Amino acid sequence: MTGRAWLRRLWPLAPVLGALVITSGLLLLFGVSPFEGFGALLQGAFGTEAKVLSVAAFWVPLTLAAAGLVVAFTAGLWNIGVEGQIVMGAVASSWLALRFDAPRPILLVAEILVAMAAGALWAGVVAIFKTRGGVHEIFGGLALNNIAIIFTNYLISGPWQPPEGGTFRGTVPFPEKALFPLLGVSRLSPLSIALTLGALAAVYFILRGTYWGLKLDALGRNPKSAFLLGVSSEREMILAMMFCGALAGLGGSVRVLSWFDSLRQSISGGIGFLALLVVMLALFRVVLVPFVAFFFSAVLSGSISLQLRTQLHSSLGGILTSVMVLLVLLFGDYRQLGIFGSRGGKALADE
Amino acid sequence: MSKRFLFRLMALLIIPALLLSACAGGTVEEEQEFVFGVVLVGPKNDRGWSQAHYEGGQYVEENMPGARMIVFESLNPADKPEATLEGVVDDMVADGAQLVFTTSDEFEEDTLGAAEKYPEVTFISISGDDAWAEGQDAGKAPPNLGNIMGRMPDMKAVAGCAAALATETGKLAYLGPLINFETRRLAASAYLGARYCYDEFRGMDPDDLEYTVTWIGFWFNIPGVTLDPTEVTTNFIDSGADVVLSGIDTTEAIVVSGQRADQGERVFAVPYDFVGACDEKPEICLGVPYFNWGPDYLETASAVEAGSWEQEWEWNKAAWDALDDRTKTPIGWIHGPGLTDEWKADLETFIDGMASGDVVVWKGPLNLQDGTTYLEEGEVATGQQIWYLPQLLEGMEGPSK
Repeated sequence: MTGRAWLRRLWPLAPVLGALVITSGLLLLFGVSPFEGFGALLQGAFGTEAKVLSVAAFWVPLTLAAAGLVVAFTAGLWNIGVEGQIVMGAVASSWLALRFDAPRPILLVAEILVAMAAGALWAGVVAIFKTRGGVHEIFGGLALNNIAIIFTNYLISGPWQPPEGGTFRGTVPFPEKALFPLLGVSRLSPLSIALTLGALAAVYFILRGTYWGLKLDALGRNPKSAFLLGVSSEREMILAMMFCGALAGLGGSVRVLSWFDSLRQSISGGIGFLALLVVMLALFRVVLVPFVAFFFSAVLSGSISLQLRTQLHSSLGGILTSVMVLLVLLFGDYRQLGIFGSRGGKALADE
Repeated sequence: MSKRFLFRLMALLIIPALLLSACAGGTVEEEQEFVFGVVLVGPKNDRGWSQAHYEGGQYVEENMPGARMIVFESLNPADKPEATLEGVVDDMVADGAQLVFTTSDEFEEDTLGAAEKYPEVTFISISGDDAWAEGQDAGKAPPNLGNIMGRMPDMKAVAGCAAALATETGKLAYLGPLINFETRRLAASAYLGARYCYDEFRGMDPDDLEYTVTWIGFWFNIPGVTLDPTEVTTNFIDSGADVVLSGIDTTEAIVVSGQRADQGERVFAVPYDFVGACDEKPEICLGVPYFNWGPDYLETASAVEAGSWEQEWEWNKAAWDALDDRTKTPIGWIHGPGLTDEWKADLETFIDGMASGDVVVWKGPLNLQDGTTYLEEGEVATGQQIWYLPQLLEGMEGPSK
């Protein structure tokens, strides 16, 4: 193999290494050895079984939202509203968990379905604003994110506040049977893992193996010619958004029914926005999403230990991942280098 | 190609991981080091609640040889969706923490779980009541969990007294956060202090004193979610109130009152929480009730280190003769530059009375807001009756729930 070929092979490492170097520089600037810093980060993510389970538990909603986003991006849509769709899914599940009584399996299935429906509806509103009202999905999505958060705050400080008075923290804990079965004392449920793997497989299959997937791809690449070729852009856009919303809503359900045990003030806390970064770092490809999401989850969880060990601000993990995304967006267009052929990267990599 | 890429990506992520974890060997433990953790709900420099706790931890480090604090800031789902109290405590204990302060009522439930998980570590849940033998949650706490809170209602009574001394319109306003036991008892305590002093020092009928409470919905302004404290304070002053007492974590009450004073109106403010809060507008500041966690933290840390700590629910009284001495009192009151000498003298008399027990503001006859009797004639409120105040009191305007 020639030196040049090696260089090409190693090219994808560049943004990651670049981000490590920049973050190491930051650590040095604050007088912390990068070895100690990243060591603390790794121990924080994988040091004990409990930590690994916690990383996996945070991975679930992140991956669900990111998998949904891949579909929306394929259709050329920037679903910033994914954050609000997570929140609405959480709210819908909480409503059933608080107000309805049924045998556990039925209750759990109903909670999951209603969360997906709520997320899908919330996304559908954004899509209809776009197709009918000419409101760009970024603006529509941001507005609905805010409304979802305000609605949660209203619920926990109003009709759903605990009997002893609102502390603005959240609702009372849901009954045991409304919650996902958990692995030991962790916040990870086997059920969430199964749902996430199912969602990933579904997205992969839809995009690779179905006519609808092809239509979304055409729409994302060139909406005008897709329309001329007979793809109903309005219908496909709305459906792609709703599909994404459904997975995000499912993520919200996981958040209230396993990470927490109640509806909290900031139930998502920006997981939707993180998922956008995950998808970008994954080059808009669903096969990479679970791994990149796992990496994000590990870095963020590890940052807790990093902060405690070094007493630096724990946003260092956020800086590490963000710099990485930035470098990938700046230098990561592998196709231009002719490494991966034309398949790598979808609609947005074209832009 | 995608598989290969994936392999490379994975290799890329895993190899440095292995290398680094190999490097992350054991750290050298110092002899006789005492490690304690402090978990904050907000940033350590918020000029309010969390900063007061952070400074409490610093006080321990300064006054106890070998003490080392580990702080975790901003543990709340909005700032750190990936973090949990349990995870933070795991790390603190792994780093050698023998004592952990969890400093928000939001952590109360999770602290119970953490204390059960680490029976050899001492936990202090600030403002909680799980370790109170006479409390509503009695029996919930494992033996290694205690509670500490400053007896802030006393300082709020002083704040109310100062307000009653200064008012000319007879209209006082209380800028409240959200409604719960704690905030009700504080708003009510300020009211009782005001009534007492309006009667005692002003010679006026306390029933003529108007006292309005408006709850904004949270500890600080969240645009679109809470009422805007700036607007609420403006409304207070527009409707005739000339002293605004703050129960929230931020400074709107004194800022807005200060602006109105600059326009020539006669208004005063009493801020809350942070010892330096008068600095926003000293000349209209009547004083500030504040938390001072250092002495309690130090006492607890020393007891834990010596092995003499015992479970307790502490609701600590002020060091009445040293309300501005930060080495002594767990809660305090700082006179504001807005007090005249005459008011200051009256206020000192009131403080001396409370210190000696001659002045008791939580004393019957006292009715709740809906008119039901809370305390009979001459009856003095128990700790529970103050802590678990179910409604505002008769005479206070504003919602109880």
